[in-house]
This record gives sequence, structure tokens and C-alpha cells, in this order.
Amino acid sequence: MKYIEEFQDPELAGKLLEDIHATVTRPWALMEVCGGQTHSIIRHGIDQLLPEEVELIHGPGCPVCVTPLELIDKALEIASRPGVIFCSFGDMLRVPGTGRDLFQVRAEGGDVRVVYSPLDALALARENPDREVVFFGIGFETTAPPNAMAVHLAAREGLRNFSLLVSHVRVPPAIEAIMNAPHCRVRAFLAAGHVCSVMGTEEYPELAERHRVPIVVTGFEPLDILEGVRRAVRQLEAGRATVENAYQRAVVPQGNPAARAMLDEVFTTTDRGWRGIGVIPDSGWRLAPRFEEFDAEHRFSVEGITTQEPAACRSGEVLQGLLKPHECEAFGTDCTPRTPLGATMVSSEGACAAYYLYRRLGGTTTAPLEASTVD
Amino acid sequence: MCLAVPGKVLRIEERDGTRMASVDFGGVVKEVCLEYVPDLRVGEYTIVHVGFALQRLDEESARRTLELFENLGLLEEEFGDPWQAAEAEQRAGGVPQPGDAQREVRL
Amino acid sequence: MTSIEAVGPTAGGDPGAPEAPVGDRAAPDPSGWTCPAPLRGHERIVMGHGGGGALSAELVEQVFAPAFGGPALSSLADSAAVEVGGARLAFSTDSFVVRPLFFPGGSIGDLAVNGTVNDLAMSGARPAYLSCGFILEEGVELGTVTRIAEALGAAARTAGVEVATGDTKVVEAGRGDGVYLNTAGIGLIPDGVDIRPQRAAPGDVVIVSGPVGAHGVAVLSRRAGLEFEVGIESDCAALNSLVAAMLAVTDELHVLRDPTRGGVAAALNEIAAAASVGVALRERAVPVPEQVAAACAMLGLDPLYVANEGKLLAFVPRAEADAVLAAMRAHPLGAQAAVIGECVEDHPGMVVARTGLGGTRVVDPPLGEQLPRIC
Repeated sequence: MKYIEEFQDPELAGKLLEDIHATVTRPWALMEVCGGQTHSIIRHGIDQLLPEEVELIHGPGCPVCVTPLELIDKALEIASRPGVIFCSFGDMLRVPGTGRDLFQVRAEGGDVRVVYSPLDALALARENPDREVVFFGIGFETTAPPNAMAVHLAAREGLRNFSLLVSHVRVPPAIEAIMNAPHCRVRAFLAAGHVCSVMGTEEYPELAERHRVPIVVTGFEPLDILEGVRRAVRQLEAGRATVENAYQRAVVPQGNPAARAMLDEVFTTTDRGWRGIGVIPDSGWRLAPRFEEFDAEHRFSVEGITTQEPAACRSGEVLQGLLKPHECEAFGTDCTPRTPLGATMVSSEGACAAYYLYRRLGGTTTAPLEASTVD
Repeated sequence: MCLAVPGKVLRIEERDGTRMASVDFGGVVKEVCLEYVPDLRVGEYTIVHVGFALQRLDEESARRTLELFENLGLLEEEFGDPWQAAEAEQRAGGVPQPGDAQREVRL
Repeated sequence: MTSIEAVGPTAGGDPGAPEAPVGDRAAPDPSGWTCPAPLRGHERIVMGHGGGGALSAELVEQVFAPAFGGPALSSLADSAAVEVGGARLAFSTDSFVVRPLFFPGGSIGDLAVNGTVNDLAMSGARPAYLSCGFILEEGVELGTVTRIAEALGAAARTAGVEVATGDTKVVEAGRGDGVYLNTAGIGLIPDGVDIRPQRAAPGDVVIVSGPVGAHGVAVLSRRAGLEFEVGIESDCAALNSLVAAMLAVTDELHVLRDPTRGGVAAALNEIAAAASVGVALRERAVPVPEQVAAACAMLGLDPLYVANEGKLLAFVPRAEADAVLAAMRAHPLGAQAAVIGECVEDHPGMVVARTGLGGTRVVDPPLGEQLPRIC
């Protein structure tokens, strides 16, 4: 695939790695913010190729995993109602709420459907005027504009049987929260490229300056990630802390003005809970007052549902690199990939799950994340 | 977040008042909403996420990036950091480039 | 289609349950878990129970095997080996509930023949007779049933098997999905042939008969909510003639497996677990058609997990590998056969891939159905 394969070239990866190895002199902890980047790192085994001085901390950037338990419980409640067609991106179906997941709601008779795009959910609303069609609007700044468009079009067409269960989150407040945490170990961020395709880079210089932390806008293919690491390490070694764009083919400084305008029209910022981390002020979006009628929480009166996150989970500390997964008391006992307590064990890209999996390799392979020291 | 893939615009049409396109992802063709990148033209590449074009893919920038990777190490020995050299070149050219972000935000 | 040895039970639970075959016995076995983790202990059947992954295996292991008993069932391979009057027969059954009924490159009728023929062929048997049961929904067009029957008959003739007996039932409108098929088949296992997952041994070479993922992508492209155009057809084919060509050059085929649901990843994990061996995969050696790679990139799937209906994996002693590979390549269904890895003593029960960049990753078994992801 053009513009993917070229950026997976092993020879060029070797050159980037060589440069990183030659540049680094001290240990640095870098956080890749986005779950897509984590996926790429694990999928290609990139972390094992980096110098041991470079530690990648997997950030809280998987929208599926950070969606709070409470919101999933609301989704389960709505999806169980008669007459509802509940639509979701595929990867949300498996995320457990309290006691069950959307698959089980479907097994119990709920009409739960996987769609590729929010526009598919909108089409279902047009085709089923006598049903309530609800779309589970999860995601970061990248996914918010498509979901905003669905609401905008529903309003324009007067589709009163469409609504959005909103769980949108934003990256900059998460970076802020991570940097403000006591004992923060993160020395540089690989910012999420596709978030910046929408939002541009204007939110970041202030963060970089105030926290003295390099922020490198980074893409998703192996060469993109290596280049992000390379630039971050160069900055750190030179004592600089600036915003750089290592994903120029898809990111311009102003982002996508049309998408940003739609976000401003449809959404308004709000405090959001992050699974395993807690509430981060102004870290999310909800529907603006004039679109309130499309808010599924409002329409189905589920605002009253509140759920406590399991107290034993320390994934917030793991996500900030403060705690190694195996140092958590629940690791491997109460908390396993099959019975996860928090975000980092839910996703196969989550730090705890990755740790858990590599532990099984036990020294037979160069294991990342200090797996050999776990036992 | 954000599985988004590059694809090439094959056809553009208005449907129910919405700007849509057929986009080719290496042999897979999918309908994509162009409302957020309305000035995309047939033949151009775009980054697509959940059925929406979110940004034009800058082919020239992609080419330049790969070229810089290619010359990594070589250039540096002779001319210093290739990125700085490239940026200097852009500045000299005076043509606005996506990479201008770096200049604007460098502290 | 599932092997009981494939996936360990959740340890620490029922003391009567068999032990997990590999891995950390003190902790629950994370194999069979994908992002995000599902809930365990379903009280109802969910779609994942039919997905060919860990949930399917648990259903067989916890419900069917204890209820049926019997030594023939205990191997739980694709087909059972039974002795009848001194002859060794392979005996297998499979049900087909594919949607849509017709897809690029085939139909449910082709699948019903090839699926069962291949299950028999994977034990080295020469398939001879099939039975066929039609479960039809009231209101289905006769023309549809005719087309399926014709496809089924043609596929049987191509495979060189005879449909010897059949049955038809009709269910009320709304209680079926158009057409469901079940086929069962028997075949003769030649003397001296002993092909089963447990025979995989360190030193074996792993061969795939051709490019992977075409069937799964062709079917996905026609699935409601995901539709896309792709110039690729299902690879649906009967593999018995290919197996015969392989057996003509050696009796020493250790394992054959058709990587259907769950793809190459599921099949290799089942074999690794059954034989308590490791599988070292070279990711770049796995042939993947461009359109399959593209569709997977778009939907966030991994080609290693996408279904095939006309491919096989063979574990062959190194000394026999060249001869087997040559025999495969001389056959139309194996023209693009390739060595993709080897069987190793390290990491027993696990499949570990060397990535294109030279890193490693664990290829864990799929849990249930593959879902498009957004992150």
C-alpha cells in the first residue's frame, strides 16, 4: 500500500536506529501517547530494537481502554432497551462493563451492531424510523469530527431517532495531567499524529515550554515511530524542549479547519473520567446545549448510573511510568488479561497486558519491558 | 486512537447533500466522506479515519522524508544534521511547507 | 474445528479441570485473549463461542467433551480417526452459517463441500463420501436453493467425492437465516500415514500452501456495515489432491492444518499447544496478497488472523521439506507455497514471530470473532 509500505522499510529503519544508538548517552523515558503507535511498536517489535537507554512508556491513548466503566455501563443499559439499535465500532464490543459486555447484551436479545463509520449508524436511523438508533461515540480528536458530522447531519435532516452516547477525550489535558503527576518520569512525548492531522500543533508549544518537555508529532508506521524517537532523543541530548513535526505528510500546523469548526459547533469541553486514571479536568467533549436532544444519556435518562472503578487497580501509575506492572499487588492474581481491573490490562497493547504476555516468553527471546527481571 | 490510512481519490460525487468519494486503498475501494477536506481532487491522496477524509496527504513531503532517511548518516558527516539542512533549504525557498510548524513553534 | 489442546482452561478455578498445557501454571493462562479482554463465565452463548478461538475451545472442553465421552472424540482434531472393520477412517462434520450466502469466489455450497473435505484431508485421509443437511427458512427463493445445490454438486465433483445421503428441514420464517448447511464426510486413511497436531516436533519446517487471507477479506467485503470493493476472491478449494501430491513424495508429514477461522495464528497456536512446542514464524515470509494487506490495514486486522478456505499449513521434518515444497509448487493449489517458519524447543505452546524489522512479537491465539478496530 502506497505511503505505508515505504515507511516499513527495514533498511531505512536500520539507518534511523543507527542514528538513535549513536546519539543517546543517557537513559530517557519517552511516552508514545497514542494506542495506534503502541500497536505498531508491539506489532513490529520496535521497542526491542531501541538502545536500552530509551524506554517507551505506553500512554493512555487507546480510546477503547480509557472509556470509563461508568459509560460502558450506560451503554449496556441503553443497548438492553427494547426498540434500540445500538451501534459501535467493533473493538468496543468486548470491553467489559460491570458484569457483562455488549456481546452479552446481544446474546440476551439486544440489537447491537458493528459499524465502520458513524455515517453507517446514521443510515440505519434513516432506514429504521420506528427504532431508536444510538451510536457509541468514543475516541480522541481524530474520531470526534466524524461523530460530530453524524450529529450535525441528523439535526439537519431532522432524524429524531438518532442519538450519540458521547465519550470523547482530548490529548493535551492528558499530557498536562501526566506532567503534573508527582514523580513524573516522562521526559518527552511522541504526540499522536492523526490527532494533530485534525487539531494541528498549536496546542503543544505552550505545554512543551511550561513543562520543559520535547513533543514530537509522530506517525504510525515503523519509520515514523523511529523518527519520532530519534528527534525526541536528539532534543533531550541537546537539552532542548520544543515541538517538532515528524509526520509532515499528514499534519499541518493549523490542522483541519473545517473539522475544528464542526467540533466547536457540535461539542463543548467537559471534565471526563479516564478508566484507570480518574477524572481529568476539561479532558473531554460533550454535546453542546443546542444538540442536547441527540445526547443518548439524556434521551434514555441514564445520567443517574454511577460506577466506581476497582480500587485495586493502579493502572494510572503504570500509565505514567511510575510503577512497573508487576509491582502492582493485583498483577497476575486479581488482574489478568482475562479478568482485567484496568485499562492497561484490557488492551493487548496495554502496558500490563504486554508485560504479562512477554513474561511467558521468559528469557527465551530478547524480551522488552525487563521481562527477564519479573520472575 | 486513530487507525487512519492513506488512500487515493478515484471519484467524487454529492450524495444527499454530502460530498463523498470513492477512495482506493491499495486495491480496496471504500466510500469516504469528503466534507472535511472539500477541496480534495481526483488523484490526490488523503488520510482516512472511520470513513472520513481528515487531511490531504502531502506526497512531496512524504518523498522528502524518505529521502532524508535515505541520506541519514551520509549527509550528517559532510553537512551536519540533514533535517536542519532541509529546513534551511525550505526557508531559502520561501515556499510555505507543512514543516513550517517547526519554525513557528520552536521555542 | 477446535482442538481441546489448543487453549488452556482458566487455572485456579475448577480443580477437576485439566491443567493448562503450557505457560505459567500459578497464574491464569493469558493465551486466547485479545484486545480488549472479554468477560469470562458467560451464562449464554455469545458469537465468540462459534469463532474458533478460546471460547469455542472452552465450550467443547467444558460442555461437549464431558457429555459425549468416548475415545474417538478425545483427540479433537479436525476429523476423528476411527477403525471400522480393520480400515482406518477419518470422520468429520461441519456446519455452515456464512453470511452472505454468495460471496466473491464462492458460496455456502462450495464451503460446505470444501470445508469437510479439507477437514478429512488434514489427517491424510482420502475423502470419499459426504452427507448434506439443508436447513431452509420458510420463504427462501427456490432459485437460491437451486444455485447453492448446484454449487455444492459441482464442488463435490471437483473434489472427487460423492454426496451419498442428505436431509432437508424447513424452519418458520424469521427462525433461520435463509440457508444453513451441514455436511459430514468419511475418508480412508492410507496405511503408514499418521498426521496429527501432536506430532509437531522441534526441527520441523512450517510451510503454507499459498497467500493467506483471501477468503476472510472477500466475505468481509460483502458484510453489512463494512461493504467495500476489493478485486479479490475467496480461495475456497478442496485440498485433498494437494495432500495426495504431498503424500506421494513422503510419508513423513507430521501435521497438516487448514487455517480457517482465526487464520494462520489460530492454527499455529493450536498446533504449538497440542505438541508443546514453540513455533518461530518469519513474518515477512508469509505471503499476503496486496488487497488482503490493504483491507487489513483499513480495518485494523492482522492478516495472520484472517480466515482461509483453500490453504493448508504443513509441519514437515527438515530433511523432507525440499521434496514436499517442490511437490506442492508443482500442484495448482500450492504454486505459491512458502516456508514461513519452524518448530522450536523454545517457548513451548507459543507462536513467536520475527517481524520485518527484526524484532519479535508474540502471536497470541484469537479469542473469538475478528472485529474491525479504530485504534
